[in-house]
Amino acid sequence: MSRIGVFICHCGENIGATVDCEKVAKTCACLPGVEHSVDYKYMCSEPGQSLIREAIKEKKLDGVVVAACSPRMHEPTFRKACAEMGMNPFLCEMANLREHCSWVHAKGDATTEKAIDLVSMMVEKVKRNKPLNPIKVPVTKTALVIGGGIAGIQASLDIANAGQKVILIEKEPSIGGHMAQLSETFPTLDCSQCILTPRMVEVAQHPNITLYTYAELESLDGFIGNFKARIRKKAKSIDETLCTGCGVCTTACPLKKNPSEFNMGLGTRGAIYVPFPQAVPNKPVIDRTKCTYFKTGKCKLCLTKCPAGAITYDQQDEIIEVPVGSVVVTTGFNVTGTDFFSEYGYGKYKDVVNGLQFERLLSASGPTLGEVKRPSDGTVPKKIVFIACAGSRDPAKGIDYCSKICCMYTAKHAMLYKHKVHDGDATVFYMDIRAAGKGYDEFVRRAIEEDHVNYIRGRVSRIFERNGKLIVRGADTLLGAQPVEIEADMVVLATAGISNPGSEELAQKMHISYDKYHFFSEAHPKVRPVETNTAGIFLAGACQSPKDIPDTVGQASAAASKVLALFSRDELTREPVIAVVNRTAPPLFSTCVGCFMCQTACPYGAISREEIKARDGKILKTVASVNPGLCQGCGTCVAFCKSKSIDLQGFSNEQVYAEVMELLS
Amino acid sequence: MEENFEPKILAYVCNWCTYAGADLTGTSRIKYASNVRIVRFPCTGRIDYNLLLKAFALGADGVIVSGCHPNDCHYTSGNFHARRRWIVFRQMMEYMGIDMRRIKFSWVSAAEGAKWADIVNTTVKEIRELGPAKEFSTMNKEVTI
Repeated sequence: MSRIGVFICHCGENIGATVDCEKVAKTCACLPGVEHSVDYKYMCSEPGQSLIREAIKEKKLDGVVVAACSPRMHEPTFRKACAEMGMNPFLCEMANLREHCSWVHAKGDATTEKAIDLVSMMVEKVKRNKPLNPIKVPVTKTALVIGGGIAGIQASLDIANAGQKVILIEKEPSIGGHMAQLSETFPTLDCSQCILTPRMVEVAQHPNITLYTYAELESLDGFIGNFKARIRKKAKSIDETLCTGCGVCTTACPLKKNPSEFNMGLGTRGAIYVPFPQAVPNKPVIDRTKCTYFKTGKCKLCLTKCPAGAITYDQQDEIIEVPVGSVVVTTGFNVTGTDFFSEYGYGKYKDVVNGLQFERLLSASGPTLGEVKRPSDGTVPKKIVFIACAGSRDPAKGIDYCSKICCMYTAKHAMLYKHKVHDGDATVFYMDIRAAGKGYDEFVRRAIEEDHVNYIRGRVSRIFERNGKLIVRGADTLLGAQPVEIEADMVVLATAGISNPGSEELAQKMHISYDKYHFFSEAHPKVRPVETNTAGIFLAGACQSPKDIPDTVGQASAAASKVLALFSRDELTREPVIAVVNRTAPPLFSTCVGCFMCQTACPYGAISREEIKARDGKILKTVASVNPGLCQGCGTCVAFCKSKSIDLQGFSNEQVYAEVMELLS
Repeated sequence: MEENFEPKILAYVCNWCTYAGADLTGTSRIKYASNVRIVRFPCTGRIDYNLLLKAFALGADGVIVSGCHPNDCHYTSGNFHARRRWIVFRQMMEYMGIDMRRIKFSWVSAAEGAKWADIVNTTVKEIRELGPAKEFSTMNKEVTI
């Protein structure tokens, strides 16, 4: 007979207010095999855990069921508590009474009944749990950082400065990301590039960092400590070892009219180009979709002009495979496209620009060298309207969330504009001002009080052109929704921050979760904010949700510290939830018939053929065998096995059938 | 339809998407019918269709099978195997006399807490209308397993 201990947690009021925990504990005490059953206010607290520990000792328990929150939350906590008493941690299971019961059902008998069912189901499972030993795996002490914006730069430098190796990949020709595009940063009005570019150079020169720009992740396989990343180094069409970065080719290129991505289409670049003067690496790439040579086979001006002979038209994409122990995903964000705001004329009127475009107009390295000029005619706008929440917090546009950074950068834009155009007039339409952050609210107040930016609370319904002016029609909701019409020279939309195109695809390559807006999901919104649900893969920056630079840097350092904690060990232990082929004492009688359906189903190639030989070497039988290092424990093989000879530890047939049978008994 | 019929519904879900999605339903405090009991599996690929037969044999009124969306599987391809198996077994189970309206196959990601509540509620509602599953219980009386 089993000696199971059942521990029902009230979770304060969270479970206790809906489920009659006392009744659950009493009912469960009568279940066959249950030796001990109690309820307690907070099982995860130290007194709660010691209740478990003492019961294990006193009642000589051989299995524990903790009925509390989701096992995704506290399973490690309780398994550790059990292990402290010498019990095998895999003899402890959790029944999810909070997320799956008390939080989703009303108080009542039916809810308590469900709670009893969930606990008795786990009791039946635990009776069949077997002691398991964690699997030891080595750690490859190299981190892969995907995305070379400020998050990727910070994470890479932190890991590299701690003495570990980093591979940083960036899909653009230069690292720097969106931060390199910014003019000044709030709330201090520090020059963004002055903060960023030294760090970019540090990345390029760091002995522990291998930098691949113009490179993308092709695939990622493996598991924590032992990933295998395939990286596509896109053909730059230049030999980086020969190129000196002199820039002769970029001046020689006759195609000067391509819109520059870095300048958000407000400036131009050649077909062979360096995205911006401070680019790292400061070596050009050829945009093959634009280059005349790649279209017609003629031109070759860059080839003839290059003094180093570095132009290589026949360069191919190269795919390299690197072993890495951990991955930090820092792919950043994007802003909504022009098709998003037909009512604001974005994409139709040249002088309706987005926040990033306005950053380029303000930037000393921008297309106007820092002078605010209208993109249409190059005149200095005397009246600018800023529209906050252009897309954000707008369920009608499909973006319910707050993009978080817009209130602050809009205040900054208005302020910088007033600093540059003293007689200019700046008006901001806003929904709410969300300026939570150190020195943030003071900054917005400064814009309003010292720089006299006119803030109007209300939405803009329409923007249209009349006599060369942009007519902004909106309402002032603080004046009883009184209509407002402003004749503006220029309009800046604080467009919503959205996930990068292709982020869904990238998440699928790495097997990490993402939310409905395609931002990557953290493992837990509060206590595991930089981890993903896939062990060994971490997140930082705006790829998780829109966030400002300080938050991004903080999160990047947090991710780096997680990586370093992982790398501080030479060996990891992994949960032994893996498949095993049943073996009988004389292996000849193994029930495996050698159909190898499991082998065809296994996504990891973890199943191999094992020959059972007689003493004279004659092959008696070929059976399946699982490599515990490769098996990830999905159990697909188990469902395929016709002779029920392969089973999954921790989710064995015996266990799951017992659960189902208990629920329906 | 019987008076006060409370359907017994089992949900076989994968750990990474739907189980986490159901956790999110809880965290978001979205209410749903309490008739469902969730059984956790590492992956929908692990879900043996004998488990569905077992559930009906033991008197379940309905079964929900749910996992990660196509391409989102934590284990690369387990959900594709589940989907294929579903297509094959569906015909077999139909042939065996199981009312296919009692089985709900769906994808619920870790971010779709509201969708989970919705699936549970519609399943409960539909099964309530169908009434208790009697096919197997009558068989059980004739043949004792």
